[in-house]
Amino acid sequence: MEQFFEFLPNLGRGALTTLELTVGAGLVCVAISFILGIARTSQRRLIAWSANVYVEFFRGTSVLVQMFWIFFALPLFGIFIEPLTAGILALGLNTGAYGAEIVRGAVQAVPRDQVEAAIALNYTRWQRLRHVVMPQALIIMLPPMGNLGIDCIKISATVSLITIADLAFEANLYRASSGSNLLPFLSILIVYYVYSTAVARGVLGLERKLAKGRL
Amino acid sequence: MLWSWEFTIEILPTLGKGLLVTLQVTFASTAIFLLLGLVLALIQRSCPRWITAPLNFVTEFVRRTPLLVQLYFVFFVLPEFGIYISPMMAGILGLGIHYSTYAAMIYGAGIDNVDRGQWDATTALNYSRWHAWIHVILPQAVPPMIPALANLLIGMFKESALLTAITVMELMGQTRTLANESYRYFEPMTMTGIIYLSISLPSALATKALERRLGTV
Repeated sequence: MEQFFEFLPNLGRGALTTLELTVGAGLVCVAISFILGIARTSQRRLIAWSANVYVEFFRGTSVLVQMFWIFFALPLFGIFIEPLTAGILALGLNTGAYGAEIVRGAVQAVPRDQVEAAIALNYTRWQRLRHVVMPQALIIMLPPMGNLGIDCIKISATVSLITIADLAFEANLYRASSGSNLLPFLSILIVYYVYSTAVARGVLGLERKLAKGRL
Repeated sequence: MLWSWEFTIEILPTLGKGLLVTLQVTFASTAIFLLLGLVLALIQRSCPRWITAPLNFVTEFVRRTPLLVQLYFVFFVLPEFGIYISPMMAGILGLGIHYSTYAAMIYGAGIDNVDRGQWDATTALNYSRWHAWIHVILPQAVPPMIPALANLLIGMFKESALLTAITVMELMGQTRTLANESYRYFEPMTMTGIIYLSISLPSALATKALERRLGTV
């Protein structure tokens, strides 16, 4: 028990860093998801194709490789980024590629006649997207987006390998210095579980709210 | 010159060695998740609640926590209980267990996807339970599962890079060692990225083709 109190400050610090990381990465992820997801449905070949290349590239390699690349290889080009920013960037860029797939799928899942009706009503492309397609696509994409959020939390543990002091890093540090194995790892597993469950519950609540008044 | 071809060629054999370990780990863990996932799915739909409720909590817990930490757990905590396994075995076990919780979901979805009327029809035709499963339900349930399970395999191939954290010398482990020894990160990291890409991209395309043929769960 005494050991646990000793570990508590580290746990708190790590939990905060992990939170910062995932919230930051989540914002990057959502931005990329929507921009690229919509770009992939674009009629202009070049736009759709570039978005495709991005998505396939980031889905085709390990996050760990991407992270190490951003952290170690970018400085060679004179681009120096702070570890935490590098972590947020790597996480956000990676999950964003998966998010783009979700957004594309959801936009394309909206029944075609909805778009046709909007065209018939003389909506501009933007109005169509903003007022007809998106409100319906949002409901479709929410559940997979929630899963992606949980994935983001899970992948965030990877940043500990590029020396960011998140939960996994603190646990490992404490393990090395104290020789106690079970306690640090079990406690951070529980924190991760609480985070993921919070995301899952939040998304479920949002889903209910958005689906209100719809069939 | 930032990029040295000489160095690139020099490290290729080492990276190849790493890739071999990565592939071994991937296939061994795949065998585990295919089997364990099936067991989990079967338990979930045929056992009483007092077994399935705690089991569901455990699978949910595994799905909602990072693989990396689970690997640490298997690697560092199991020895405390007197179970000593090699880093490689710990990695294979960790990966296999983590992915089996996802495989269980795929198996479940595949079985649920078969129309209820098919079951009714087997009853009407007086099929035994065994015959119904073998001749009617599984032939319809299994094909759509295959692309989904293949996607899981590709995902695992990439995520196996995490095994470097528990000292397994797979592709990423070799890359990090090369980079640390030579202080050159650019070539090893880029080459490793290309290797991952050159395997997972064609596999993903093949899976998409499978999806078109076999459908999805």
